[in-house]
Amino acid sequence: MSSDGEGATAGLETPPPSAPRPAGARGGTLSLFASELLTLFRRRRTWALLGALALIPILIAVAIRIAGDAPSGRGPAFLGQITENGLFVGVTAMVVAMPLFLPLTIGVVAGDTIAGEASHGTLRYLLIAPAGRVRLLVVKYGATAVFCAAATLTVVVVGSLIGWALFPVGPVTLLSGATVSVGEGLLRFLSIAAYVTVSLLGMSAIGLFLSTLTTVPVGAMAATAILAVVSQIMGALPQLEWLHPWLFTQYWLGFADLLREPPVWDSFVDNAVLQAGYVVAFGALAVSRMLTKDVLS
Amino acid sequence: MTGGSSDGAEVGDRGDRRDLAIETHGLTKRFRSQLAVDGVDLAVPRGAVFGFLGPNGSGKTTTIRMLLGLVTASAGGARVLGTDMPRHVDSVLPRVGALVEGPAFSPYLSGVSNLRRFDAADRHAPRRTRAARVDEALDRVGLSHAGGKKVHAYSLGMKQRLGIANALLMRRELLVLDEPTNGLDPQGTREVRSLIRSLADDGTTVFVSSHLLAEVEQVCSHVGVMSAGRLVAQGTLAEFRDGGEARVLVRTPDGAGARRVLQGLGMHVDDDPDRAAVEHTVAARVGPSEIAPEAVVAALVAGGVRVRGFEVERASLEQRFVELTGEGFDVVQ
Repeated sequence: MSSDGEGATAGLETPPPSAPRPAGARGGTLSLFASELLTLFRRRRTWALLGALALIPILIAVAIRIAGDAPSGRGPAFLGQITENGLFVGVTAMVVAMPLFLPLTIGVVAGDTIAGEASHGTLRYLLIAPAGRVRLLVVKYGATAVFCAAATLTVVVVGSLIGWALFPVGPVTLLSGATVSVGEGLLRFLSIAAYVTVSLLGMSAIGLFLSTLTTVPVGAMAATAILAVVSQIMGALPQLEWLHPWLFTQYWLGFADLLREPPVWDSFVDNAVLQAGYVVAFGALAVSRMLTKDVLS
Repeated sequence: MTGGSSDGAEVGDRGDRRDLAIETHGLTKRFRSQLAVDGVDLAVPRGAVFGFLGPNGSGKTTTIRMLLGLVTASAGGARVLGTDMPRHVDSVLPRVGALVEGPAFSPYLSGVSNLRRFDAADRHAPRRTRAARVDEALDRVGLSHAGGKKVHAYSLGMKQRLGIANALLMRRELLVLDEPTNGLDPQGTREVRSLIRSLADDGTTVFVSSHLLAEVEQVCSHVGVMSAGRLVAQGTLAEFRDGGEARVLVRTPDGAGARRVLQGLGMHVDDDPDRAAVEHTVAARVGPSEIAPEAVVAALVAGGVRVRGFEVERASLEQRFVELTGEGFDVVQ
């Protein structure tokens, strides 16, 4: 990282006070990002959230194993396929988790980013380290994005594993009727996890912005989760159809298109563009708020 | 000794700007209707141990937050280590260690993890030496044994030590310590004092805010006093003490005669009949007469007063502080 690394321990004792310091910015930011991830994933709350998400596919699989198949046409999408192919547990759980449970966990992590530091008073110490206001924001957002991926992977991976354990597993019959191998089926499910992760990025940016506004993390968390619910309600009202293309929840359940043969990527692309728009807009709001904010906590 | 905020242009003229570790001009912060800091002109020489005094709510912490770029000034400006703040915050702050308004840590992380985290936030701090520097800083504040414990299990004093360790992770040119001995036992207070002395001996400028005057008196070379958002006095400790009026104490059985003579010299004699009668002591403030002590004795003797004892009393830091900031809970708001 720096040329004086060799003698740095000894140099700690006696560098001249005004010695120029090494300025390797990129390694430093990676180091901060690693430290942020370590902090996030060393926190018990993070594991509690992921554990709660893992419970969804487990509950679904165990319930079906005990009670048997539901009458066809009832229950969430893909529920009927589970008894034939256990790999569908993950997708079914994703359909169940998407409207409320996933947004709730993301709301907790995104809403906590800056407000949580402010409430502990650690924001001032990070800033005088100095972390750099924008740099800290970017690192916090990056860690939230990693959590989004961890959350969706938890649902899909735990779902596939528990399905494997409790039900027969075989070649995957897609929505279009075609059948693909187990390996390709698993790839499709992983691409669903990627789709959902992207779906949550816009919401994470909203949470990040709300988190810069307050020193009460619960406020930012609740506001973020509530916005996700409100957006879905508006998405369900036909009277607001003109608004639908702009809602960040609009393509949330569009991942079924990845289970066609060949896979239809249109909604993936539309979704990614929409989410990128939200990331840019709320990212800019968060940056401008962060740069002008008086840190009094 | 500068008279604080009224004569603002003075700081720049006091000598070479590079000799100042902290320098502010008309630094002001207004929160909505309240003026928290009002035209402060600080001048902290390099190498000084500067005691930043003031009652609670006098604007000390807000001033410190502005110096560290946490809060934007409403008016005026600050230079820290010769560089404009907050414009060059990224190049100045790596050279500054600080404890601001009490220590703060993530309670679910250990002391070591917390320090490593803050160190990782400083992009100038070499990663290779991080573990060693964290250990050394913990050792310096006597926390080596507790480094692996989660911070929520720390006592207030331990958190305070950890906060000081955080300020010492790198070699700093300037340390800003806001109430560093808060929550420490007498033993810990002594340790912090000797730590400040040893840092100052190494050439580090130390800016300590405190309301514990005795503590400041023991370690500081300079003081500044805040009251109601204004800097009402600053200078070296000696200048500051001399700023107070001297008092003379005369021990004599001839109380009435002594009072007459002292009043004749233009001094303000304390009206304290008990003291005169019981202790045979008459006290007087020198007042505007600025008369030399030996002249006072000569005048007393010439006036036929039997002088058994004579003492010149300098104002203590506490007296000066109270003179400047008001008595008891009656502090200026």
